[in-house]
Amino acid sequence: MTAPCNDSAQKGETMEDYNFAYLDEQTKRMIRRAVLKGLAIPGYQVPFASREMPMPYGWGTGGVQVSAATLTPDDTLKVIDQGADDTTNAVSIRKFFERTAGVATTEATAQATVIQTRHRIPEAALTEDQILIYQVPIPEPLRFLEPRETETRKMHSLEEYGLMHVKLYEDISQHGAIATSYAYPVKVEDRYVMDPSPIPKFDNPKLSDCPAIQLFGAGREQRIYALPPYTRVESLDFEDHPFDPSKADHPCDLCGAEDSYLDEVITDDAGTRMFVCSDTDYCRARRAAGHMGARGVPFEEGAA
Amino acid sequence: MTDTHTTTGRVTPLLQVRGITKFYGARLGCRDVGFDLYPGEVMGIVGESGSGKSTLLGCLAGQLAPDAGEVLFDTRTEGPRDTLTMSEPERRMLGRTDWAFVHQSARDGLRMGVSAGGNVGERLMAVGARHYGGIRAQAVDWLGRVEIPEDRVDDRPTAFSGGMQQRLQIARNLVTGPRLVFMDEPTGGLDVSVQARLLDLLRGLVREMGLSAIIVTHDLAVVRLLADRLMVMKDGHVVETGLTDQVLDDPQHGYTQLLVSSVLQV
Repeated sequence: MTAPCNDSAQKGETMEDYNFAYLDEQTKRMIRRAVLKGLAIPGYQVPFASREMPMPYGWGTGGVQVSAATLTPDDTLKVIDQGADDTTNAVSIRKFFERTAGVATTEATAQATVIQTRHRIPEAALTEDQILIYQVPIPEPLRFLEPRETETRKMHSLEEYGLMHVKLYEDISQHGAIATSYAYPVKVEDRYVMDPSPIPKFDNPKLSDCPAIQLFGAGREQRIYALPPYTRVESLDFEDHPFDPSKADHPCDLCGAEDSYLDEVITDDAGTRMFVCSDTDYCRARRAAGHMGARGVPFEEGAA
Repeated sequence: MTDTHTTTGRVTPLLQVRGITKFYGARLGCRDVGFDLYPGEVMGIVGESGSGKSTLLGCLAGQLAPDAGEVLFDTRTEGPRDTLTMSEPERRMLGRTDWAFVHQSARDGLRMGVSAGGNVGERLMAVGARHYGGIRAQAVDWLGRVEIPEDRVDDRPTAFSGGMQQRLQIARNLVTGPRLVFMDEPTGGLDVSVQARLLDLLRGLVREMGLSAIIVTHDLAVVRLLADRLMVMKDGHVVETGLTDQVLDDPQHGYTQLLVSSVLQV
């Protein structure tokens, strides 16, 4: 455990009335213990005493607490919300840690050491020096199939996961294909079935064999779980309906990327649409490197 | 009696129950119940409400922990084993492979938010089936066996009548080919014509699959039709046992006589 750190308080706008990264050291210690236990049992949901944070549940209180317990003064933080660095949630959380921890922040994936994310995994490959922290609304993948917590815990401990396939069966029988497109259930190292948080299933393959540490925090539900580096993560499927990490069949209209996950944006009342990378940093970096999509404009430094 | 039951004792009983006793605090649930159930045999347990028959069934099926006694089940691989001292994973594995439990209310035994096909397929998927087409084909086959039309396979049980729900529950339970079926008032709450068809169906399935079954009921007509042997319970004790016809036609114990004479004659 790191000692209380007050030197960051001397930096510019940092608030001096709070401990480093807002939470007190005992709370961070408690969260770190949960994180370590989670890393020791990949995919297992570790209960922790979630604190009230200065933001509503559902806005990333779990991710923020894990970030607070993970950050050191030397870290560089990146926060993304649905892949974007410039949406309300991402901007608020980034500012929160700029003020309470005084850490450096960045929008560039490669420069960040700690990345807090909501609903996406960055397109750029992660490295062993990085920690990816997910905000999780509902950590229990079996919740909508079995409402009793006592029962779902027993199902996890006894590896009774037939019910998870019942959900996929229902998908196919109703829609002709597995219609679950986000929060697609995965099995970790042939043991625990895990909710990967509501990332699109396009991102599921990136969970597996990832060099970075992946931590998942659910504040309202008071659970932390984790994937150590290079953990094998398989998406559940049927032999005759294999897992398909689909995305919009379109290149990015701004940067021309064909390998990135796309947002569909309606641009006028006539229903004109454009597809753009959901990972804003990835898109900007590509445009800076001279790539241009069908409706893109040449990249200018500083332009939106 | 079915012919698998020989008097030489060479056949291992599928289930050997010894001295099952269960108290709820100071109150008696059932006391010192014991019997053997042979492969292919159907055992009826009758008695009035509160006589301990559901408690006994719960103890046998691993849903309740009895205070004393043992339940030896003839497992496929290791022979007779006491299910009460088994680890929970083993017991639950039995619960979804070799055992089946048909509840009185179909709502207790079905997932009401999941389609009929999903309900039947759940046990298959729970034991590792991962081929959608295969699971669905088996589900449709079983729906056919319990007389539910194929075009209802994607309907939820909430859209089914009470009798259909009960038949769906039976299909869901039998799809993995269990060897022992526990039934708690399988015809309870159904009108008589639906009961009759359900009994027909059950009788056919029991014979065809060579199932052993323990049926708890207060309906003497049900045991007359289905059960080879009968056990009469009163106040937590077994008061009389014997062949079904023998017990019903020539009841010895006072309570059994009362029970038999209480049946409404139409």
